Amino acid sequence: MYYVANIMRSKGDPKIVRSGPSSIEPADRLARALGWLSIGLGAMEVLAPRRITRALGMRGSEGLVRAYGFRELFSGVMSLSVDKNAGMWSRVAGDGLDAATLLSGFRYDNPKKHNVTLALLMVGGIACLDYKAAQQTAPRSPARGGRRRLYTDRSGFPKGIEAARSSAKALLSRTAVGAS
Amino acid sequence: MRALVWHGKEDIRCDTVTDPGIEDPRDAIVKVTSCAICGSDLHLFHNFIPGMLPGDIMGHEMMGEVVDVGHGMDGKLKKGDRIVVPFTIICGQCEQCKRGNFSVCETTNRKRHLADKVFGHSTAGLFGYTHLTGGYPGGQAEYLRVPFADTTHIKIPEGISDEQALFLGDIFPTGWQAAVQCDIEPTDTVAIWGCGPVGQMAIRSALLLGANQVIAIDCVPERLSMAEAGGATTINFESESVVERLNELTDGKGPEKCIDATGMESHVMASQPDTLLDRAKQMLMLESDRPHVLREMIYVCRPGGVISIPGVYSGLSDHVPMGALMNKGLTVRSGQTHVNRWTDDLLRRIEEGQIDPSFVITHTVDLAQGPEMYKVFRDKRDSCVKVVLKP
Repeated sequence: MYYVANIMRSKGDPKIVRSGPSSIEPADRLARALGWLSIGLGAMEVLAPRRITRALGMRGSEGLVRAYGFRELFSGVMSLSVDKNAGMWSRVAGDGLDAATLLSGFRYDNPKKHNVTLALLMVGGIACLDYKAAQQTAPRSPARGGRRRLYTDRSGFPKGIEAARSSAKALLSRTAVGAS
Repeated sequence: MRALVWHGKEDIRCDTVTDPGIEDPRDAIVKVTSCAICGSDLHLFHNFIPGMLPGDIMGHEMMGEVVDVGHGMDGKLKKGDRIVVPFTIICGQCEQCKRGNFSVCETTNRKRHLADKVFGHSTAGLFGYTHLTGGYPGGQAEYLRVPFADTTHIKIPEGISDEQALFLGDIFPTGWQAAVQCDIEPTDTVAIWGCGPVGQMAIRSALLLGANQVIAIDCVPERLSMAEAGGATTINFESESVVERLNELTDGKGPEKCIDATGMESHVMASQPDTLLDRAKQMLMLESDRPHVLREMIYVCRPGGVISIPGVYSGLSDHVPMGALMNKGLTVRSGQTHVNRWTDDLLRRIEEGQIDPSFVITHTVDLAQGPEMYKVFRDKRDSCVKVVLKP
């Protein structure tokens, strides 16, 4: 992959010889993959809702599918952003909605019932991945009230704050005298 | 050599890359002895600043020893010299450099056609930053090619440690310039939003420039404790209202001088709905910056006051209250730092023991740990305020 990066280098700039381990963790990669899945699925739901409702035997629900498509797109964008954890949780919530909607199509008189079953299994599997990614991408900022190191002894003024204040005052008074 | 290389959003790697070499008579090669991760590196890490390309070497805060020079140095730099490399690359000869406006040098941005399109006119070339500022390889590496090295350097005398000198290349003059831009008077209250490394330097600078009262605003306890140690009165915006508290501390008049040391990634909080809206818009690429701090500063600043912005903004900010800005007659001063304009004075202050910028360092690690330290610094884990890397 880094060969492409080397092509883009300006003449004389260092080129990559060997790439080291990435700061991206497996959970980040999973979140990214799920984000792209969201965008792909969302685009399909927005652009071709009729094909989906036909395949599931749920005609008349095109508007709902399209709305879900926009929801998927938003979740996808969020999952690909730095707020991926919020994106992952929005996907988990979306999975719940998808499952509930699919269950409403799981009727004996639905000739495409087997497709609904397949879709439910897929939603279940993906929901497991979403949940795993949501847990693993949780922000790692220290908890409020958690143990922290405080830097009460780091003034940055080797001679103390008062010395810094008085040298500033002396400088300001010299400037004022100079100006008058 | 080893270098920290940007491969994409949140993807930094310690790669092995080819060594740099002299390309121009004014070049020098520096063996980097210390470098740091800057708050603005996080904007690149998050890919909020456009114009990064996979393979870019990070880092714009570095120092080291000159190991090779071109033949156009005119004796200004020689092998063995110990230098801090300012993050702004300067020619020293153009109209802007002659005026001391080094961060808008007209010569050094080698991709000025990009900057001309985005900013209207090009600014100086910067190390380890976006291609809008030249895309020069940065200093989080074992070696660095310094273009225009005869002018782009700060010589460090014996007796000053790496830790004391390193921040002359960026955060110390950045905090200093932010305070100088405020035209501080002895009766002034200076309010500083953000107690990261630049905010910490701005606090000390405002005090050294004679501010009557310095108020520091943040929500991270360790950063607030460091601000307090530097002589500031602190406000934790998670537990108290910034506007109310600032008015209380200034007899209801507001601070005369306000410094935004936060920039484009303001903290997002449910209690501040504008921050949520900004975040959503930033996510959808409808807005590049989250200017909550800017809005709050304009609102709370005393009429006739000064707003100083050292924090990095990359593009477009929505809902900036221009009405309040105009009617209150506020002066806005901003810009990347004209590093070399301030460094003689600041180096003297370090030598005299007036200030020791090394107080801000909380973590010193090997370069190979850099990718992990980007996340530690970003998440403020392990009470991290400033990371120094040793190549």
